[in-house]
Amino acid sequence: MSRFALDRLCARLPDAVLETHDFRGDETAVVRRASIKDVMRFLRDDPEVCCEMLTDLTCVDYLGRDPRFEVVYHLHSLSKRHRLRVKAGVPESDPTIDTVTDLWATAGWLEREVWDFYGVRFSGHPDLRRILMYEEFVGHPLRKDYPVDKRQPLFRRPDLEPNLGQWKNDGT
Amino acid sequence: MEERRDLELPTEPMTLNMGPSHPAMHGTIKVVLTVDGETIKSADVYPGFLHRGFEKECERATYTQIFPYTDRLNYVSPMLNNVGFALAVEKLAGITAPPRAQYIRVLVGEMARVADHLTCVGAAAMELGGFTAFLYMLKARDRIFDLLEEISGARLTHSYVRIGGVAEDLPDGYPGRCKDAFVLVRSAVADCDKLLTRNRIFLDRMQGIGKITAAEAISYGYTGPCLRSTGIAYDVRKDSPYLVYADLDFAVPVGENGDNLDRYLVRMEEIQQSLKLCEQALSRMPSGDVILDDPSVALPPKAATYNTIESMINHFKLIVDGIKVPPGEVYSYIEGGNGELGFYIVSDGTGRPYKCRCRPPCFTLVQSLPRLIEGAMIADVVPTFGSLNMIGGECDR
Amino acid sequence: MSASAQAPEFHTSRFEDAVNWARKYSLFQYPFVTACCGMEFMAVAGPRYDIARFGAEFPRFSPRQADLLIVVGTVTERQAPVLRRIWEQMTEPKWVVAFGVCASSGGFYQNYSVVPGIDHVVPVDVYIPGCPPRPEAVLDGLIMLQERIQRGEGHSQRALVVESQAEARGPALRAGLPVVR
Repeated sequence: MSRFALDRLCARLPDAVLETHDFRGDETAVVRRASIKDVMRFLRDDPEVCCEMLTDLTCVDYLGRDPRFEVVYHLHSLSKRHRLRVKAGVPESDPTIDTVTDLWATAGWLEREVWDFYGVRFSGHPDLRRILMYEEFVGHPLRKDYPVDKRQPLFRRPDLEPNLGQWKNDGT
Repeated sequence: MEERRDLELPTEPMTLNMGPSHPAMHGTIKVVLTVDGETIKSADVYPGFLHRGFEKECERATYTQIFPYTDRLNYVSPMLNNVGFALAVEKLAGITAPPRAQYIRVLVGEMARVADHLTCVGAAAMELGGFTAFLYMLKARDRIFDLLEEISGARLTHSYVRIGGVAEDLPDGYPGRCKDAFVLVRSAVADCDKLLTRNRIFLDRMQGIGKITAAEAISYGYTGPCLRSTGIAYDVRKDSPYLVYADLDFAVPVGENGDNLDRYLVRMEEIQQSLKLCEQALSRMPSGDVILDDPSVALPPKAATYNTIESMINHFKLIVDGIKVPPGEVYSYIEGGNGELGFYIVSDGTGRPYKCRCRPPCFTLVQSLPRLIEGAMIADVVPTFGSLNMIGGECDR
Repeated sequence: MSASAQAPEFHTSRFEDAVNWARKYSLFQYPFVTACCGMEFMAVAGPRYDIARFGAEFPRFSPRQADLLIVVGTVTERQAPVLRRIWEQMTEPKWVVAFGVCASSGGFYQNYSVVPGIDHVVPVDVYIPGCPPRPEAVLDGLIMLQERIQRGEGHSQRALVVESQAEARGPALRAGLPVVR
């Protein structure tokens, strides 16, 4: 991870950065949701920071906290050999954030996955639909309030007795 | 000779569905192709047919209980996933495994990488019709599985690594058996090399197909052999060495063209480098503990558990509550069989993770499949998809 | 009526034994491979644990041409309609083997996404537990399936027998007389 990249970000876009930390050596910047596009563009295009690769894009559901969701970006500079984590809080009342698909092509599927599992919408995404779950699925399964064994079956054998071999807990 | 002009027949694009149950031996995936004759105009990839809820299951499992789930991520190289996850939790907890355990982790990780590449190359050959190469690779892979079965008890899903070290020490005489097996693996790989690398049919089907440039590969988030085949020498083991890779001597093969053939060649050379790493790990292995001697992390020895009340309570707390990891978040990455295998773990201070995400290397590779096959023929889809080595368990988790 | 029904049954049963003998030693498998068990399936088909010695070597990648559906690995809810459709396309007689514990019962994935055993989707003849099962266990399951085929106890075989007997006893059925197997 890189202290240098973090410092440069804070110097260039001080209003965007809410806080920084480096727990266990992972430099992290928590930024404002509204300025995520500017932050990302700076981190990719600045010649000293130069994060050519978006390694990962995911979301964490902090149920009971406001903002409830936190979209986490892991960036990596192959040429400068440093990494950075950028986080942006997304409230439950308005779960949207700007897309970064125009900056890195890999964000296409990663953002679809966050939409599928957490319900965070990425405005400007060319094709935001479910990716790992099926279209008929209702809800966002990785949210903390979705029960782990609540099934939504697409097909069950019609010739079986209704309760034959079914779990007594929720949903099958 | 007069040139024949092709008859311009009016055609309409047709939609063709490949999968999710399809003969290619790699993961289950659906690709909807829009074809004009045999040429692919566009493709839409639908992953997710093997989504088994890894993250949700991890949220209700203790850290040690997650190891079997990690085995089934990239199920052709399960040890590497185990090692990656253990390193992530150890980074979060701020502990380090003892040196012998680190060398053992390198040894089993590299053997898993060899198994992964053997399977990928063998399956690629079989999908093109070269069944013999597949059988030779399987024969070699069975020897690797025998070695891994000796240490861990299982051929495929080992769950051998633990937080703070590994579960068991190596059995007696193990280095000798490894050396014998490596001789056989090398000879099988040499046979396949003779069968495939200069084979006219293989070259015609693999060379120039599925090309991608280095810049596009980086934008798509490529890592691992696929990125190295485009010319970028990025390997986590060299770039940010973990375990004892900084002390070991190995080379990183780099391709040029970013096509299917280069991916195959990179993997073949990586098998040789991995075997070299295994031999170095065996010869330099220090003696000592294989797991940290720390009661908050490692289970006490069975004799103590059955005979003293303190050890029994310690064992009970570790199994039921899990290893208490301080609150925080960490992203730790290793060089997996397909690329950078990362684990992003958020801990809330209990023995179960708040979030445990696996950054899957082949998810990003498969996203680029439409880009790789547009303009190609339908028959090119199978070798291109095979050379990406999409493993369903890792892509869909 | 029963005396005249005896003689054809004797010949039918000898013939049936011969047919079942042929069926069990020439299984054309449709490997519905999804997950990690696929690696052990490859090993079973490989040189060391050769499945060809049991006659079940040749995978047919079209369900119309196959008679043994081996469901290898986890079947998710998304995959279940696909599996059912492939099973429905297979012609009778057909057998289903649940390879691995995920196909048998869902394995240790008891969550929103995994079908808790493929018997919720298709009728299963033999379950091979294991995660993944050792190739020897797979061959043991295959032998068990072959024995069941010989005895005519596969789900689709019984259905065929009931149907053919219903045809033979058609007039009796229509007359409302009791039917004995």
